[in-house]
Amino acid sequence: MSPKTLYDKIWDAHVVHEAEDGTCLLYIDRHLVHEVTSPQAFEGLRMAGRKVRAPEKTIAVPDHNVPTTPDRVNGIENEESRIQVEALDKNARDFGIHYYPVNDIRQGIVHIVGPEQGWTLPGMTVVCGDSHTATHGAFGALAHGIGTSEVEHVLATQTLIQKKSKNMKVEITGKLQPGVTAKDITLAVIGETGTAGGTGYVIEYCGEAIRDLSMEGRMTVCNMAIEGGARAGLIAPDEKTFEYVKGRPHAPKGAQWEAALAWWKTLYSDDDAHWDKVVTIRGEDIAPVVTWGTSPEDVLPITATVPNPEDFEGGKVEAARRSIEYMGLKPGQKLSDIEIDTVFIGSCTNGRIEDLRAAAEILKGKKIKDGIRAMVVPGSGLVRAQAEEEGIADIFKEAGFEWRLAGCSMCLAMNPDQLSPGERCAATSNRNFEGRQGRGGRTHLLSPAMAAAAAITGKLTDVRELM
Amino acid sequence: MEKFEKIHGVAAPMPLINIDTDMIIPKVHLKTIKRSGLGVVLFDEMRYHEDGSENEDFVLNKPAYRNAEILVAGDNFGCGSSREHAPWAIKDFGIKVVISTSFADIFFNNCFKNGILPIVVSPEEHETLMADAQKGENARMTVDLENQEITTSDGEVIKFDVDPHKKHCLLNGLDDIGLTMEKAEYIDRFESQAVQSRPWV
Repeated sequence: MSPKTLYDKIWDAHVVHEAEDGTCLLYIDRHLVHEVTSPQAFEGLRMAGRKVRAPEKTIAVPDHNVPTTPDRVNGIENEESRIQVEALDKNARDFGIHYYPVNDIRQGIVHIVGPEQGWTLPGMTVVCGDSHTATHGAFGALAHGIGTSEVEHVLATQTLIQKKSKNMKVEITGKLQPGVTAKDITLAVIGETGTAGGTGYVIEYCGEAIRDLSMEGRMTVCNMAIEGGARAGLIAPDEKTFEYVKGRPHAPKGAQWEAALAWWKTLYSDDDAHWDKVVTIRGEDIAPVVTWGTSPEDVLPITATVPNPEDFEGGKVEAARRSIEYMGLKPGQKLSDIEIDTVFIGSCTNGRIEDLRAAAEILKGKKIKDGIRAMVVPGSGLVRAQAEEEGIADIFKEAGFEWRLAGCSMCLAMNPDQLSPGERCAATSNRNFEGRQGRGGRTHLLSPAMAAAAAITGKLTDVRELM
Repeated sequence: MEKFEKIHGVAAPMPLINIDTDMIIPKVHLKTIKRSGLGVVLFDEMRYHEDGSENEDFVLNKPAYRNAEILVAGDNFGCGSSREHAPWAIKDFGIKVVISTSFADIFFNNCFKNGILPIVVSPEEHETLMADAQKGENARMTVDLENQEITTSDGEVIKFDVDPHKKHCLLNGLDDIGLTMEKAEYIDRFESQAVQSRPWV
């Protein structure tokens, strides 16, 4: 048999039908659903008199619209948000799919809930009407975002019409330096390849620095594969993966566990597999990074200065000029001199327990700077409960952070958590687009530890100075 | 879905690279549970001032481009989220073709599901088409999907590639779900085999 990549193996195991031109019908093992990209899909099913083909493989949870303040138990104030969440309640009920409603302790961001509940398993195909579905690739699953028409297609047929992507290997060799995290890896990769560098590819992340990451860290890395333009990002499963999955509510048990494990252990790229593109970065060379512009590729080490647009080429000159103006910065300004107004810790990128621990480690016994608005939004009700049990919640609260309920929150500002025009935020989320966190808001992406450091000093800060 | 016909219309130039889905349609407009009526908020934050008045410098607010049916955009158009509201807004505005040197993957797929043709051209061809679009209302481009040709207002013909399956669906206005359901026996067979080989799924 010819050598295969991990992506090739998962793909081959899911082809239902292949047409002469290579167009494939791919079987979908898990379909995650949230309230924003699904109402039109369910409406389409109703209009055509169709059912959900595999409700037992379909899991829904509201996350984008939900407020994260404690008063949400009394209902959602914003009418449009409430209608969307109510539509999901009804659709889950009518079509008989698994559902975690707003006030269930298991509710949270869909990409945190899936792995937490054991829905996401190695070797699976996982889709969701959300680009950050790439997160699930951390388990060695083929996971990617789809549009609402495709959501409807998967609901009706449990398949997707797909053409295979090319294989790209991103290897991070060696060890990370102190203060450098999974978030710095994934941002550094995008800084290297650009936001379109992965277009047309599925990325497999590998190398010692990736193997050394926890499952939480691997999820952070894969989460932002989409920001590099890739259809999906994945990491071969290993003992850490199996250990994380074992015993979760929807993970296989008994004889099925053994059978699953035997197959999962075959899920790796063969030594002589063909790669269409290879990127190698030395782990030792990665510094704690921040973004300065309005594209996730606008990444620099915290020790650098705001670039000059003239230093770029082609269309990037104008784009950088526009970014720097929007961000209210000056070329040559030190990144560590940039003062911030707000700190946001959370999102499907960095809302897991390990992220909260990393931030708390920096905040322990310290206070945030006067005048800074800081909030921490755990990725799920269970992450929140665990953080409370570990005493992490107290560290945040004593430092001056708001301790919120689970949801997407300020990552995309579809809920009450938003930036005002001109407000500058150090955010652990995944997009720094214009207006992403609120019209006119300015976003600097960074790791949870770096966000904690910024909260203490009131400006973008090299976390290594506080360690 | 309606059939994709040959288009002879105005092309609007948007040379900015990395136009993301938040620019195409900001999240405040994602709270709808319908597909229609989003054209008015297409490119919302660039198109309107904060008080709601039109930004007259924005290309689609200029008299020449108000009825544009084609968009010639900078590299990596549609990057960001999976929101299909982006192509819904584009379609509702009246734009049926987007031309760029590259597109983000999910946006690219979403276009075809909504009767929009995204066309990838080389940087040189892109320069030609961008210059043609900048000529304004009197310079109409023709996009012929059947023959996979763009004709500039000067009569220059640029050929383009398109996936044969996607072309067939666009030209005939075919619904993917209906087509897939015709393959139900394959799905049934796959599922009964998977129950044996991967029972934990």
